[in-house]
Parts: sequence; structure tokens; C-alpha cells
Amino acid sequence: MSLHFLGNSVTLENVFIASSGTVCGPLEYLGPLGSCFDKSIQDYHYGEKSFEKAERKMLRDALDICLKRERLKYHDVDLYLGSDLLNQITSVNYLAREIPKPFIGVYGACSGFALSLALGSLLVEAGFVDKVITMVSSHNASAERQYRYPVEYGVQKKATTTFTATGAVTTLLTSQKHPVKVEAITLGRVIDYEQTDANDMGRAMAPAAFDTLMNHFQDLKRSFHDYDLVVTGDLSMYGHQILKEMLQRQKIDVVRYNDCGCMLYDLSHQSVFQGGSGCACSALVTMGSLYPQLKDKKLKRVLVVSTGALLSPMMSAQKESIPCIAHAMSLEAVE
Amino acid sequence: MDHKEYDQLAETLKPVGHKMKNAFFAFIYGGIIGILAQGVLEFFMNVYDISQKEATPMMTITLVFMSCLLTGLGIYDKLAQKAGAGTFIPITGFANSMTSSAIDSQSEGLIMGIGSNMFKLGGTVITYGIVSSALLGVIRYVITLFG
Repeated sequence: MSLHFLGNSVTLENVFIASSGTVCGPLEYLGPLGSCFDKSIQDYHYGEKSFEKAERKMLRDALDICLKRERLKYHDVDLYLGSDLLNQITSVNYLAREIPKPFIGVYGACSGFALSLALGSLLVEAGFVDKVITMVSSHNASAERQYRYPVEYGVQKKATTTFTATGAVTTLLTSQKHPVKVEAITLGRVIDYEQTDANDMGRAMAPAAFDTLMNHFQDLKRSFHDYDLVVTGDLSMYGHQILKEMLQRQKIDVVRYNDCGCMLYDLSHQSVFQGGSGCACSALVTMGSLYPQLKDKKLKRVLVVSTGALLSPMMSAQKESIPCIAHAMSLEAVE
Repeated sequence: MDHKEYDQLAETLKPVGHKMKNAFFAFIYGGIIGILAQGVLEFFMNVYDISQKEATPMMTITLVFMSCLLTGLGIYDKLAQKAGAGTFIPITGFANSMTSSAIDSQSEGLIMGIGSNMFKLGGTVITYGIVSSALLGVIRYVITLFG
């Protein structure tokens, strides 16, 4: 079959999710989805000398869990794709030293999960490869260090702040039939609504999610009613309310919509401010909670819109606004 | 929707920051630190029988030490989330900024890590402290020329 984009979207026939591996951090384990994950770490150092090494170790664990499920070895996979939040996408690039197969590192900030899955899906659909692993990770302390302040720095955080989720998630895509397929993807455009507050990512990213959702619905002639659940990646409580309002102003009926940042934690009892963020946020919710529900046919079709704020702390210091992006993918239970 | 319209929409939904509550807690926590400092000062003056001038640096060092210790134990940042300016403004806040930077960069070693990053946040205070005191010194000198 020929792969052809309708606008920014494409529907896929032959891409299935064969396996996954999820590792979460201590707060994610205590959250409402804690029991959904394959493994949890109780200490941010995870026996390593730095947070960055701990993040990589989580990613390795997630990869091993994913491969073990399908009784595969590293070299049985044709291609690896990876994304994380650190400079030079450190976690995936350094882990890739241990991988004896081609590797592509991509950066999409917190949208890295959907971006790597979308790219992997396209390559599988086109028939270039048969088995692709996508890996994403984020770590609260390593992200705080790089994007914000030292972990122990005593500064009062704003009410609009989000909390970077700690976790690593790997997904195995294949062209062989499995219970859940990647049915459609919509690639995002970079959207900038001139938001400059790096402590208010939900507000910065909501327009990007809006753009991608609108494109998805228009390209594929769909609406919220075509999905059992629509989730955005990490708009958080505030951002997801903004998005809802934006959609309603366009006379769009918003039903069964939630945000992964609000689902991953218990916002009323856990001190995570507006909710979760980071690559791991949408990845943990999707692969830890939604994927098993799709497998069990409790959900028929879900749309995951991973959102990413593509900011560089350097450009923020130079008073530039934050470019944002969102990529969407529709996952469907196979009859 | 243009950017202005978007800002208007976003403002209406913005979560309320508790400014009064923050100010109240800052006052209480800052006050507690002040009382504590006064207590330590009196303690040194009475126990070692020294003047206030001599006891003041000892009190400052004690507070800085306590701040560093609490930072190292992972308590200071949790306190600060509640206390805000109450723990940020006193000298304990400066001590915390240096200790937290040092702890954070220990994984990069003594030279490239702790040594070069310790003043990452506190450096601003030192730079502009020196610059403003030099400026004030010049102003004062000029005034004395005419005075």
C-alpha cells in the first residue's frame, strides 16, 4: 500500500505494538497508576553516582523488560529510536553504546514519546524495518538540574509549575499482528503563542496541542466522539483547562478528554503543583495504563497527543518566547 | 485566536497564587529565623562574655552552618516551598544557594563541578554587591570632597 499524508496526518495498516517496558519513580509509584508499571525505583539515585546515570539505568531496565517479554535479544530488533530531555539527548545516546543495531536519537522535549513512536511507525509501515524499539525517559532531578535550579535550592515554586515525571518507557513496534495497533498519526507543527514563562509550560503548550488536535480531526474527518479517550501529554491541570476552553470556543464537543499529567498523580494529595510533565509522563500513562486496557478491549480506540515545550534555558534567558509542539497518535484495539 | 485573545483566555483560568498566604508565611518563618539569630547572639554574648560586635560573626556563621546542614539533609528546600521569602532573604538563603549548587554539581568532580558551579546562583549577589559598594564608595568620596 502507498503511504500518503492527508494534511499532517496519515493512517496506518500494519503497525502493531508487540511489547512494552515501564519503569517509574517513587512519586509515580505512589500515584493512582502505581500498580500499572513493571518496575519502580524508590531512590532517585537508583544506586548510581549521578541522576543522569540513574536515568540511563532505568531506561536499560525498561528495555530489558520489553525485550524479555517477547524473548528477544538486543540484536533481534532492526532499529532503535530514542528521546529524552537532557542536553545532547544524553540518556538514550549513552545507552545506545550498548545497542548493536542502528540507532536514531530524536529530540522533541516532552513530545519525544509520540515523536519516536510516530517515526518508528512510519518506518514499519513503509516496510523498511520489521521490529523497532522506541525508548524515552525523563528524571525529575536530572531535568530540574538542567532546566531549573539545583535540586536542593530553596526557591518557592509558582502555582503554575509542573513536576517532571521520573520514568523510562520502551515500546516494541512490529508489522506482525498483535492486539494493539498504531492506527493513525498526526505530526505537529511548531507553535509559539509568545509565552515566556518557563514555569508555566501548560499555558505555553496548550496552543500546540490545539493545533495538532484540530489538524488531526480535520485531516481524518474525526471528532472526540470517535475515541474512547483522548489524552494530552503534559498540559497539566491549568493547560488542559485552557485547551478545553479553546476547543469549546470553536464549538467542538469535548468529551472523554484528560491529560496524562493529571492522571499520573493524585493532584489533591501529592505535591506536584499543576501535575506531571516530561517525556515519561505521557509514556508511562499510555504504555502503563492505556495500552493494557486496549489489549483487554476495555478501550477501543484512544488518541494520545504528546506535547513538548522546545525551550532552551539559554534562549529563555535571552527573553525569547517558547516554541511548542505536539504529535498525536491513535492506538486501536485489533478485532 | 490571536495571541492577545489567548492571553486573555489563559488569564481567566490561571490558578490563583496565594500572595497573602505566602507573605504571611514569609513573615512568620523570616521572623522565626530572626528570633533564632537573636537567641544565638545573646547566647554567645553571655556564655563567652563578649561584645555584640564580636558575637555577631559567630552568630552569622552558626546560622549559615545550620542552613547548609538542613540543605544537605534535604530539608531546606521543603521548608522554603512554604516559607518563600522568609527563608530566601536572610543569609540562610544565600548559604542554601551555594550549598545546593555544590551538592548538585558534585557528580562532575571537584574542579569542573563543585569549584566552578558553587557560585552559579550566589555569584550574582557577590558581583553586584561588590559593584554597588564600589559605586557607593565613589559617591561617598565625592561628597566628602565638597563636605
